[in-house]
Amino acid sequence: MFSFEVGSLLNIVLILAVGLGASVMMIWVERRFLGFWSDRLGPNRVGPFGCLQVIADAVKMLMKEDWIPPFSDKFVFVIAPMILPIVMLLSLGVMPFAPNIGIMDLNIGLLWIFAMAGLASYSVMLGGLASNNKFALLGALRGAGQMISYEVFMGISVLGVVILSDSFSLREIVEAQADGWFVFPQFFGFIVFMVAAIAESHRWPFDLPEGESEIISGYNTEYSGMKFGLFMIGEYIGMLVMSLLIPILFFGGWMAPFGLEFGNEIISGLFWMGAKTFFFLLFFVLVRAALVRPRYDQLMNYGWLVMLPLALVNLLITGAVVLYQAG
Amino acid sequence: MFKAIGKQIHLIWSQLVSLWLVFLHIFNKADTVEYPDEMPYMFPRWRGRIILTRDPDGEERCVACNLCAVACPVDCISLQKTEDESGRWYPEFFRINFSRCIMCGFCEEACPTHAIQLTPDFEMAEYVRQDMVWEKEHMLIEGTGKYHDYNFYKVAGKAIGGKDKGEAQNELPPVDRRSLMP
Ligand code: SF4
Ligand code: SF4
Repeated sequence: MFSFEVGSLLNIVLILAVGLGASVMMIWVERRFLGFWSDRLGPNRVGPFGCLQVIADAVKMLMKEDWIPPFSDKFVFVIAPMILPIVMLLSLGVMPFAPNIGIMDLNIGLLWIFAMAGLASYSVMLGGLASNNKFALLGALRGAGQMISYEVFMGISVLGVVILSDSFSLREIVEAQADGWFVFPQFFGFIVFMVAAIAESHRWPFDLPEGESEIISGYNTEYSGMKFGLFMIGEYIGMLVMSLLIPILFFGGWMAPFGLEFGNEIISGLFWMGAKTFFFLLFFVLVRAALVRPRYDQLMNYGWLVMLPLALVNLLITGAVVLYQAG
Repeated sequence: MFKAIGKQIHLIWSQLVSLWLVFLHIFNKADTVEYPDEMPYMFPRWRGRIILTRDPDGEERCVACNLCAVACPVDCISLQKTEDESGRWYPEFFRINFSRCIMCGFCEEACPTHAIQLTPDFEMAEYVRQDMVWEKEHMLIEGTGKYHDYNFYKVAGKAIGGKDKGEAQNELPPVDRRSLMP
Protein backbone atom coordinates (compact mmCIF):
# COMPACT_ATOMS: atom_id res chain seq x y z
CA MET A 1 0.00 0.00 0.00
CA PHE A 2 2.76 2.43 0.89
CA SER A 3 5.18 1.36 -1.76
CA PHE A 4 5.96 2.64 -5.20
CA GLU A 5 3.74 0.63 -7.43
CA VAL A 6 0.99 1.69 -9.77
CA GLY A 7 -2.15 2.52 -7.84
CA SER A 8 -0.71 2.47 -4.35
CA LEU A 9 -2.03 5.02 -1.87
CA LEU A 10 1.37 6.71 -1.73
CA ASN A 11 1.31 7.17 -5.48
CA ILE A 12 -2.20 8.53 -5.51
CA VAL A 13 -1.54 11.07 -2.79
CA LEU A 14 1.75 12.10 -4.31
CA ILE A 15 0.46 12.51 -7.83
CA LEU A 16 -2.61 14.40 -6.71
CA ALA A 17 -0.58 16.72 -4.51
CA VAL A 18 2.16 17.31 -7.06
CA GLY A 19 -0.27 17.60 -9.94
CA LEU A 20 -2.51 20.09 -8.20
CA GLY A 21 0.44 21.94 -6.73
CA ALA A 22 2.19 22.14 -10.07
CA SER A 23 -0.84 23.42 -11.92
CA VAL A 24 -1.48 26.01 -9.22
CA MET A 25 2.13 27.12 -9.24
CA MET A 26 1.88 27.27 -13.00
CA ILE A 27 -0.34 30.32 -12.62
CA TRP A 28 2.57 32.13 -11.04
CA VAL A 29 5.20 30.66 -13.38
CA GLU A 30 3.13 31.67 -16.36
CA ARG A 31 2.66 35.24 -15.22
CA ARG A 32 6.32 35.53 -14.32
CA PHE A 33 7.49 34.28 -17.69
CA LEU A 34 4.91 36.32 -19.56
CA GLY A 35 6.47 39.24 -17.74
CA PHE A 36 9.99 38.30 -18.78
CA TRP A 37 8.92 37.86 -22.36
CA SER A 38 7.40 41.30 -22.47
CA ASP A 39 10.32 42.98 -20.68
CA ARG A 40 8.47 43.22 -17.39
CA LEU A 41 9.09 41.52 -14.08
CA GLY A 42 5.77 39.82 -13.45
CA PRO A 43 4.43 39.22 -9.94
CA ASN A 44 7.41 39.30 -7.59
CA ARG A 45 6.17 40.79 -4.35
CA VAL A 46 4.42 38.01 -2.41
CA GLY A 47 7.00 35.69 -0.91
CA PRO A 48 10.42 34.92 -2.40
CA PHE A 49 10.34 35.85 -6.11
CA GLY A 50 6.60 36.22 -5.72
CA CYS A 51 6.00 32.49 -5.61
CA LEU A 52 3.22 32.89 -3.05
CA GLN A 53 1.27 35.05 -5.48
CA VAL A 54 -1.11 32.15 -5.98
CA ILE A 55 -2.09 32.23 -2.33
CA ALA A 56 -2.84 35.93 -2.59
CA ASP A 57 -4.91 35.22 -5.69
CA ALA A 58 -6.77 32.43 -3.95
CA VAL A 59 -7.55 34.63 -0.96
CA LYS A 60 -8.80 37.29 -3.32
CA MET A 61 -11.02 34.85 -5.15
CA LEU A 62 -12.43 33.33 -1.98
CA MET A 63 -13.23 36.74 -0.55
CA LYS A 64 -15.06 37.87 -3.66
CA GLU A 65 -18.80 37.81 -3.80
CA ASP A 66 -19.92 34.47 -5.11
CA TRP A 67 -22.79 35.68 -7.20
CA ILE A 68 -25.31 33.50 -8.96
CA PRO A 69 -27.21 35.62 -11.46
CA PRO A 70 -30.97 35.47 -10.81
CA PHE A 71 -31.65 35.00 -14.51
CA SER A 72 -29.38 31.97 -14.83
CA ASP A 73 -30.23 28.31 -14.73
CA LYS A 74 -28.94 27.93 -11.19
CA PHE A 75 -28.30 24.20 -10.95
CA VAL A 76 -26.38 23.96 -14.21
CA PHE A 77 -24.64 27.22 -13.44
CA VAL A 78 -23.19 25.72 -10.27
CA ILE A 79 -22.37 22.35 -11.80
CA ALA A 80 -20.60 23.60 -14.93
CA PRO A 81 -17.39 24.94 -13.38
CA MET A 82 -16.89 21.75 -11.41
CA ILE A 83 -16.79 19.57 -14.49
CA LEU A 84 -13.60 21.03 -15.91
CA PRO A 85 -11.19 20.41 -13.00
CA ILE A 86 -12.76 17.03 -12.24
CA VAL A 87 -12.33 15.60 -15.72
CA MET A 88 -8.89 17.10 -16.03
CA LEU A 89 -7.84 15.46 -12.73
CA LEU A 90 -9.35 12.21 -13.95
CA SER A 91 -7.18 12.32 -17.04
CA LEU A 92 -4.20 12.93 -14.79
CA GLY A 93 -4.99 9.51 -13.36
CA VAL A 94 -3.92 7.49 -16.38
CA MET A 95 -0.58 9.23 -16.84
CA PRO A 96 2.52 7.10 -16.39
CA PHE A 97 5.05 9.34 -14.68
CA ALA A 98 7.90 6.88 -14.27
CA PRO A 99 8.31 3.13 -13.94
CA ASN A 100 5.92 2.12 -11.12
CA ILE A 101 4.62 5.65 -10.72
CA GLY A 102 1.05 6.24 -11.80
CA ILE A 103 -2.47 5.94 -10.50
CA MET A 104 -3.96 3.49 -12.94
CA ASP A 105 -2.74 1.72 -16.05
CA LEU A 106 -5.74 1.56 -18.29
CA ASN A 107 -5.14 -0.36 -21.47
CA ILE A 108 -7.25 2.34 -23.14
CA GLY A 109 -5.42 5.21 -21.46
CA LEU A 110 -5.28 7.34 -24.57
CA LEU A 111 -8.97 6.90 -25.29
CA TRP A 112 -9.70 7.74 -21.67
CA ILE A 113 -7.92 11.04 -22.06
CA PHE A 114 -9.86 11.86 -25.22
CA ALA A 115 -13.08 10.96 -23.49
CA MET A 116 -12.23 13.27 -20.62
CA ALA A 117 -11.22 16.05 -22.96
CA GLY A 118 -14.53 15.61 -24.69
CA LEU A 119 -16.37 15.90 -21.38
CA ALA A 120 -14.40 19.04 -20.60
CA SER A 121 -16.11 20.81 -23.45
CA TYR A 122 -19.39 20.33 -21.59
CA SER A 123 -18.04 22.57 -18.88
CA VAL A 124 -17.62 25.38 -21.36
CA MET A 125 -20.90 24.71 -23.13
CA LEU A 126 -23.05 24.34 -20.02
CA GLY A 127 -21.38 27.24 -18.30
CA GLY A 128 -22.11 29.50 -21.23
CA LEU A 129 -25.64 28.25 -21.73
CA ALA A 130 -26.65 28.41 -18.10
CA SER A 131 -25.41 31.96 -17.71
CA ASN A 132 -28.22 33.18 -19.92
CA ASN A 133 -26.06 35.96 -21.24
CA LYS A 134 -25.38 36.85 -24.86
CA PHE A 135 -21.63 36.93 -24.53
CA ALA A 136 -21.52 33.74 -22.53
CA LEU A 137 -23.65 32.07 -25.19
CA LEU A 138 -21.32 33.27 -27.94
CA GLY A 139 -18.37 31.97 -25.95
CA ALA A 140 -20.04 28.63 -25.41
CA LEU A 141 -20.87 28.36 -29.12
CA ARG A 142 -17.30 29.08 -30.06
CA GLY A 143 -16.02 26.71 -27.41
CA ALA A 144 -18.24 23.89 -28.56
CA GLY A 145 -17.33 24.33 -32.21
CA GLN A 146 -13.66 24.67 -31.55
CA MET A 147 -13.26 21.80 -29.12
CA ILE A 148 -15.30 19.35 -31.13
CA SER A 149 -13.53 20.08 -34.40
CA TYR A 150 -10.07 20.10 -32.91
CA GLU A 151 -10.74 16.90 -31.06
CA VAL A 152 -11.33 15.16 -34.39
CA PHE A 153 -7.85 15.54 -35.73
CA MET A 154 -6.28 15.43 -32.30
CA GLY A 155 -7.48 11.84 -32.22
CA ILE A 156 -6.32 11.16 -35.75
CA SER A 157 -2.91 12.68 -35.16
CA VAL A 158 -2.04 10.26 -32.37
CA LEU A 159 -3.23 7.21 -34.30
CA GLY A 160 0.22 7.11 -35.89
CA VAL A 161 1.72 6.68 -32.45
CA VAL A 162 -0.82 3.99 -31.67
CA ILE A 163 0.06 2.13 -34.87
CA LEU A 164 3.77 2.27 -34.09
CA SER A 165 3.46 1.18 -30.48
CA ASP A 166 0.57 -1.19 -31.10
CA SER A 167 -1.20 -0.13 -27.94
CA PHE A 168 -3.57 2.42 -26.43
CA SER A 169 -1.96 2.14 -23.02
CA LEU A 170 0.18 5.16 -22.28
CA ARG A 171 2.71 3.12 -20.35
CA GLU A 172 3.20 0.76 -23.26
CA ILE A 173 3.50 3.70 -25.62
CA VAL A 174 6.35 5.06 -23.51
CA GLU A 175 8.00 1.67 -23.31
CA ALA A 176 7.74 1.30 -27.09
CA GLN A 177 9.92 4.39 -27.41
CA ALA A 178 12.89 2.75 -25.70
CA ASP A 179 14.79 2.71 -28.99
CA GLY A 180 13.76 6.00 -30.52
CA TRP A 181 11.30 8.73 -29.70
CA PHE A 182 8.16 8.87 -31.81
CA VAL A 183 8.69 12.53 -32.58
CA PHE A 184 11.00 11.55 -35.45
CA PRO A 185 8.79 9.10 -37.36
CA GLN A 186 5.68 11.03 -36.30
CA PHE A 187 6.87 14.59 -36.81
CA PHE A 188 3.71 15.79 -38.54
CA GLY A 189 1.61 13.94 -36.02
CA PHE A 190 3.48 15.84 -33.33
CA ILE A 191 2.87 19.22 -34.99
CA VAL A 192 -0.84 18.53 -35.40
CA PHE A 193 -1.12 17.21 -31.87
CA MET A 194 0.67 20.22 -30.47
CA VAL A 195 -1.70 22.64 -32.19
CA ALA A 196 -4.70 20.57 -31.18
CA ALA A 197 -3.47 20.36 -27.60
CA ILE A 198 -3.31 24.13 -27.35
CA ALA A 199 -6.77 24.42 -28.87
CA GLU A 200 -8.12 21.65 -26.65
CA SER A 201 -7.05 23.38 -23.46
CA HIS A 202 -8.42 26.56 -25.07
CA ARG A 203 -5.40 28.60 -24.25
CA TRP A 204 -3.95 31.47 -26.21
CA PRO A 205 -3.93 31.84 -29.17
CA PHE A 206 -6.95 29.56 -29.34
CA ASP A 207 -8.79 31.20 -26.48
CA LEU A 208 -11.73 32.15 -28.65
CA PRO A 209 -14.29 30.83 -26.15
CA GLU A 210 -12.98 33.49 -23.78
CA GLY A 211 -11.77 36.13 -26.21
CA GLU A 212 -11.60 38.97 -23.71
CA SER A 213 -11.19 41.68 -26.28
CA GLU A 214 -14.17 40.50 -28.31
CA ILE A 215 -16.76 38.94 -26.02
CA ILE A 216 -15.80 40.17 -22.54
CA SER A 217 -14.86 36.85 -21.01
CA GLY A 218 -16.90 34.46 -23.10
CA TYR A 219 -18.42 31.50 -21.37
CA ASN A 220 -17.32 32.60 -17.90
CA THR A 221 -18.57 36.18 -18.16
CA GLU A 222 -21.13 35.69 -15.38
CA TYR A 223 -18.86 33.73 -13.08
CA SER A 224 -17.16 35.29 -10.11
CA GLY A 225 -15.25 34.23 -7.07
CA MET A 226 -14.29 30.62 -6.66
CA LYS A 227 -16.54 29.44 -9.49
CA PHE A 228 -14.41 31.38 -11.88
CA GLY A 229 -11.43 30.04 -9.97
CA LEU A 230 -12.54 26.50 -10.80
CA PHE A 231 -12.63 27.31 -14.50
CA MET A 232 -9.21 28.80 -14.23
CA ILE A 233 -7.63 25.97 -12.27
CA GLY A 234 -9.29 23.51 -14.64
CA GLU A 235 -7.64 25.24 -17.53
CA TYR A 236 -4.27 25.03 -15.85
CA ILE A 237 -4.69 21.36 -15.01
CA GLY A 238 -5.67 20.86 -18.64
CA MET A 239 -2.47 22.56 -19.68
CA LEU A 240 -0.54 20.26 -17.36
CA VAL A 241 -2.29 17.20 -18.78
CA MET A 242 -1.46 18.24 -22.32
CA SER A 243 2.14 19.00 -21.39
CA LEU A 244 2.41 15.55 -19.84
CA LEU A 245 0.80 13.92 -22.83
CA ILE A 246 3.15 15.41 -25.41
CA PRO A 247 6.32 13.96 -23.82
CA ILE A 248 4.56 10.65 -23.19
CA LEU A 249 3.39 10.29 -26.77
CA PHE A 250 6.27 11.79 -28.68
CA PHE A 251 9.30 12.38 -26.45
CA GLY A 252 9.79 9.09 -24.72
CA GLY A 253 8.05 9.92 -21.46
CA TRP A 254 10.40 9.20 -18.58
CA MET A 255 13.18 7.88 -20.83
CA ALA A 256 16.34 9.91 -20.42
CA PRO A 257 17.66 11.52 -23.62
CA PHE A 258 21.18 10.57 -24.79
CA GLY A 259 21.39 7.93 -22.06
CA LEU A 260 21.65 10.59 -19.34
CA GLU A 261 20.11 8.25 -16.82
CA PHE A 262 21.26 8.54 -13.23
CA GLY A 263 20.66 6.77 -9.95
CA ASN A 264 17.45 4.95 -9.33
CA GLU A 265 15.37 4.53 -12.46
CA ILE A 266 12.30 5.98 -10.69
CA ILE A 267 14.15 9.11 -9.62
CA SER A 268 15.75 9.66 -12.98
CA GLY A 269 12.42 8.90 -14.65
CA LEU A 270 10.59 11.43 -12.53
CA PHE A 271 13.30 13.98 -13.18
CA TRP A 272 13.20 13.62 -16.94
CA MET A 273 9.43 13.49 -17.03
CA GLY A 274 9.31 16.65 -14.97
CA ALA A 275 11.90 18.37 -17.12
CA LYS A 276 10.12 17.55 -20.35
CA THR A 277 6.76 18.56 -18.93
CA PHE A 278 8.15 21.84 -17.70
CA PHE A 279 9.62 22.50 -21.12
CA PHE A 280 6.24 22.09 -22.77
CA LEU A 281 4.49 24.10 -20.08
CA LEU A 282 6.87 26.93 -20.83
CA PHE A 283 6.24 26.45 -24.51
CA PHE A 284 2.53 26.92 -23.86
CA VAL A 285 3.35 30.16 -22.10
CA LEU A 286 5.65 31.29 -24.90
CA VAL A 287 2.91 30.64 -27.42
CA ARG A 288 0.60 32.75 -25.32
CA ALA A 289 3.15 35.52 -25.16
CA ALA A 290 3.97 35.54 -28.86
CA LEU A 291 1.03 34.64 -31.04
CA VAL A 292 -2.15 36.53 -31.76
CA ARG A 293 -5.65 35.14 -31.69
CA PRO A 294 -7.00 34.15 -35.12
CA ARG A 295 -10.43 35.06 -36.33
CA TYR A 296 -13.01 32.36 -35.76
CA ASP A 297 -13.40 31.43 -39.44
CA GLN A 298 -9.61 31.30 -39.79
CA LEU A 299 -9.52 28.94 -36.85
CA MET A 300 -12.11 26.66 -38.40
CA ASN A 301 -10.53 26.78 -41.84
CA TYR A 302 -7.16 26.01 -40.34
CA GLY A 303 -8.55 23.08 -38.44
CA TRP A 304 -10.53 21.43 -41.17
CA LEU A 305 -8.56 22.40 -44.29
CA VAL A 306 -4.98 22.15 -43.05
CA MET A 307 -4.71 20.16 -39.86
CA LEU A 308 -7.18 17.43 -40.70
CA PRO A 309 -5.65 16.59 -44.11
CA LEU A 310 -2.18 16.71 -42.58
CA ALA A 311 -3.19 14.30 -39.84
CA LEU A 312 -4.87 11.99 -42.35
CA VAL A 313 -1.86 11.95 -44.68
CA ASN A 314 0.39 11.29 -41.73
CA LEU A 315 -1.80 8.40 -40.64
CA LEU A 316 -1.91 7.02 -44.18
CA ILE A 317 1.85 7.11 -44.63
CA THR A 318 2.52 5.62 -41.20
CA GLY A 319 0.10 2.79 -41.89
CA ALA A 320 1.64 2.12 -45.29
CA VAL A 321 5.19 2.05 -43.92
CA VAL A 322 4.25 -0.23 -41.04
CA LEU A 323 2.45 -2.59 -43.39
CA TYR A 324 5.40 -2.57 -45.79
CA GLN A 325 7.87 -3.32 -43.02
CA ALA A 326 5.67 -6.11 -41.73
CA GLY A 327 5.98 -7.59 -45.23
CA MET B 1 -2.72 23.39 -54.46
CA PHE B 2 1.02 24.11 -54.31
CA LYS B 3 0.29 27.76 -53.83
CA ALA B 4 -1.92 26.94 -50.86
CA ILE B 5 0.73 24.69 -49.36
CA GLY B 6 3.34 27.41 -49.84
CA LYS B 7 1.06 29.87 -48.12
CA GLN B 8 0.65 27.54 -45.15
CA ILE B 9 4.39 27.01 -44.89
CA HIS B 10 4.94 30.75 -44.96
CA LEU B 11 2.30 31.16 -42.28
CA ILE B 12 3.87 28.60 -40.00
CA TRP B 13 7.30 30.08 -40.62
CA SER B 14 6.15 33.54 -39.62
CA GLN B 15 4.60 32.14 -36.43
CA LEU B 16 7.86 30.38 -35.59
CA VAL B 17 9.82 33.56 -36.20
CA SER B 18 7.59 35.53 -33.85
CA LEU B 19 7.90 32.77 -31.24
CA TRP B 20 11.68 33.00 -31.50
CA LEU B 21 11.77 36.78 -31.36
CA VAL B 22 9.56 36.87 -28.31
CA PHE B 23 11.67 34.16 -26.70
CA LEU B 24 14.78 36.31 -27.10
CA HIS B 25 13.17 38.91 -24.86
CA ILE B 26 13.97 36.72 -21.88
CA PHE B 27 17.53 38.02 -22.09
CA ASN B 28 16.46 41.65 -21.99
CA LYS B 29 16.54 43.65 -18.83
CA ALA B 30 13.05 44.46 -17.60
CA ASP B 31 11.90 48.02 -18.09
CA THR B 32 10.04 47.97 -14.80
CA VAL B 33 10.90 50.56 -12.16
CA GLU B 34 10.03 48.95 -8.83
CA TYR B 35 8.48 52.12 -7.58
CA PRO B 36 8.02 52.06 -3.83
CA ASP B 37 11.41 50.39 -3.37
CA GLU B 38 13.16 52.44 -5.98
CA MET B 39 12.19 56.00 -6.75
CA PRO B 40 11.86 56.93 -10.38
CA TYR B 41 13.71 60.04 -11.55
CA MET B 42 11.25 62.91 -11.50
CA PHE B 43 11.94 65.65 -14.00
CA PRO B 44 12.19 69.15 -12.52
CA ARG B 45 9.38 70.37 -14.71
CA TRP B 46 7.08 67.53 -13.71
CA ARG B 47 3.63 68.85 -12.84
CA GLY B 48 2.80 67.53 -9.39
CA ARG B 49 1.80 68.85 -5.98
CA ILE B 50 1.05 72.58 -6.05
CA ILE B 51 2.86 75.04 -3.81
CA LEU B 52 2.43 78.72 -3.05
CA THR B 53 5.74 80.52 -2.86
CA ARG B 54 7.08 83.64 -1.21
CA ASP B 55 9.07 86.43 -2.77
CA PRO B 56 12.75 86.96 -1.83
CA ASP B 57 11.70 89.24 1.03
CA GLY B 58 9.65 86.44 2.58
CA GLU B 59 6.24 87.87 1.79
CA GLU B 60 3.49 85.92 0.15
CA ARG B 61 3.73 86.24 -3.60
CA CYS B 62 0.08 85.63 -4.30
CA VAL B 63 -1.83 88.85 -4.90
CA ALA B 64 -5.24 87.18 -4.98
CA CYS B 65 -5.86 88.19 -8.56
CA ASN B 66 -7.98 85.09 -9.19
CA LEU B 67 -6.39 84.46 -12.58
CA CYS B 68 -5.45 80.93 -11.59
CA ALA B 69 -9.00 80.22 -10.47
CA VAL B 70 -10.28 81.46 -13.82
CA ALA B 71 -7.72 79.50 -15.80
CA CYS B 72 -8.32 76.25 -13.96
CA PRO B 73 -10.25 73.98 -16.30
CA VAL B 74 -11.84 72.03 -13.46
CA ASP B 75 -12.50 75.01 -11.22
CA CYS B 76 -10.81 73.53 -8.21
CA ILE B 77 -9.15 76.70 -6.89
CA SER B 78 -11.04 79.03 -4.67
CA LEU B 79 -9.66 82.07 -2.86
CA GLN B 80 -10.70 85.31 -1.30
CA LYS B 81 -8.80 88.56 -1.58
CA THR B 82 -7.94 90.71 1.39
CA GLU B 83 -5.51 93.56 1.99
CA ASP B 84 -2.99 94.29 4.70
CA GLU B 85 -2.33 97.70 6.25
CA SER B 86 0.50 98.46 3.83
CA GLY B 87 -1.85 97.98 0.87
CA ARG B 88 -0.54 94.62 -0.26
CA TRP B 89 -3.15 92.27 -1.55
CA TYR B 90 -3.04 88.70 -0.37
CA PRO B 91 -5.49 85.81 -0.22
CA GLU B 92 -7.51 85.49 2.95
CA PHE B 93 -7.91 81.83 2.18
CA PHE B 94 -6.58 79.86 -0.69
CA ARG B 95 -8.06 76.43 -1.23
CA ILE B 96 -7.30 73.79 -3.84
CA ASN B 97 -9.38 70.67 -4.10
CA PHE B 98 -6.77 68.13 -5.14
CA SER B 99 -9.35 65.46 -5.71
CA ARG B 100 -10.39 67.48 -8.75
CA CYS B 101 -7.07 68.98 -9.80
CA ILE B 102 -5.80 67.40 -13.01
CA MET B 103 -2.26 68.75 -12.63
CA CYS B 104 -2.51 70.59 -15.92
CA GLY B 105 -0.36 73.48 -14.78
CA PHE B 106 -2.61 76.13 -16.30
CA CYS B 107 -2.73 77.94 -12.96
CA GLU B 108 1.04 78.22 -12.95
CA GLU B 109 0.99 79.66 -16.46
CA ALA B 110 -1.76 82.11 -15.62
CA CYS B 111 -0.18 83.42 -12.46
CA PRO B 112 1.35 86.89 -12.98
CA THR B 113 3.47 86.69 -9.83
CA HIS B 114 4.96 83.18 -10.03
CA ALA B 115 3.17 82.48 -6.76
CA ILE B 116 1.54 79.21 -7.65
CA GLN B 117 3.94 76.53 -8.87
CA LEU B 118 3.81 72.83 -9.55
CA THR B 119 6.48 70.52 -8.11
CA PRO B 120 7.73 67.02 -8.96
CA ASP B 121 6.08 65.48 -5.90
CA PHE B 122 3.25 63.17 -6.86
CA GLU B 123 2.63 61.09 -3.73
CA MET B 124 -0.58 62.70 -2.62
CA ALA B 125 -2.85 59.76 -1.86
CA GLU B 126 -5.12 60.11 1.16
CA TYR B 127 -7.45 57.79 2.99
CA VAL B 128 -10.13 60.40 3.61
CA ARG B 129 -11.46 62.34 0.68
CA GLN B 130 -11.79 65.51 2.72
CA ASP B 131 -8.03 65.47 3.28
CA MET B 132 -7.54 66.16 -0.38
CA VAL B 133 -8.76 69.72 0.06
CA TRP B 134 -5.68 71.76 0.86
CA GLU B 135 -5.66 75.16 2.46
CA LYS B 136 -3.11 77.92 2.18
CA GLU B 137 -1.13 76.83 5.23
CA HIS B 138 -0.62 73.41 3.61
CA MET B 139 0.68 74.82 0.37
CA LEU B 140 2.57 77.93 1.38
CA ILE B 141 6.32 77.29 1.53
CA GLU B 142 9.10 79.41 2.96
CA GLY B 143 11.12 79.72 -0.24
CA THR B 144 10.82 81.14 -3.70
CA GLY B 145 10.29 77.92 -5.62
CA LYS B 146 11.54 77.85 -9.19
CA TYR B 147 11.99 81.64 -9.63
CA HIS B 148 14.46 82.97 -7.14
CA ASP B 149 14.65 86.70 -7.86
CA TYR B 150 11.20 87.68 -8.91
CA ASN B 151 9.42 90.06 -6.60
CA PHE B 152 6.15 91.31 -7.99
CA TYR B 153 5.72 94.43 -5.89
CA LYS B 154 9.30 95.46 -6.67
CA VAL B 155 8.55 95.58 -10.37
CA ALA B 156 4.91 96.59 -10.36
CA GLY B 157 3.79 100.16 -10.47
CA LYS B 158 1.38 99.85 -7.57
CA ALA B 159 2.06 101.92 -4.49
CA ILE B 160 2.16 100.00 -1.26
CA GLY B 161 3.44 100.89 2.17
CA GLY B 162 7.17 101.56 2.03
CA LYS B 163 7.22 101.86 -1.75
CA ASP B 164 5.67 104.64 -3.65
CA LYS B 165 5.03 105.01 -7.34
CA GLY B 166 8.17 105.30 -9.38
CA GLU B 167 10.37 103.48 -6.92
CA ALA B 168 10.13 100.06 -8.51
CA GLN B 169 12.95 98.52 -10.50
CA ASN B 170 13.46 99.97 -13.97
CA GLU B 171 10.79 102.53 -13.22
CA LEU B 172 10.97 106.27 -13.69
CA PRO B 173 9.30 108.57 -11.20
CA PRO B 174 5.80 109.50 -12.35
CA VAL B 175 5.62 112.54 -14.55
CA ASP B 176 4.10 115.60 -12.93
CA ARG B 177 1.61 116.39 -15.64
CA ARG B 178 1.24 120.02 -14.46
CA SER B 179 4.90 120.54 -15.36
CA LEU B 180 4.36 119.26 -18.86
CA MET B 181 4.12 122.65 -20.42
CA PRO B 182 4.95 123.20 -24.05
S1 SF4 C 1 -3.02 72.34 -12.19
FE1 SF4 C 1 -4.76 72.71 -13.53
S2 SF4 C 1 -6.46 71.68 -12.52
FE2 SF4 C 1 -4.84 71.86 -10.99
S3 SF4 C 1 -5.32 73.75 -9.90
FE3 SF4 C 1 -3.92 74.28 -11.55
S4 SF4 C 1 -5.24 74.88 -13.25
FE4 SF4 C 1 -6.52 73.76 -11.80
S1 SF4 D 1 -1.79 82.31 -7.23
FE1 SF4 D 1 -1.20 83.69 -8.83
S2 SF4 D 1 -2.87 83.69 -10.28
FE2 SF4 D 1 -3.63 82.74 -8.40
S3 SF4 D 1 -4.61 84.41 -7.31
FE3 SF4 D 1 -2.51 84.26 -6.55
S4 SF4 D 1 -1.39 85.70 -7.84
FE4 SF4 D 1 -3.32 85.33 -8.89
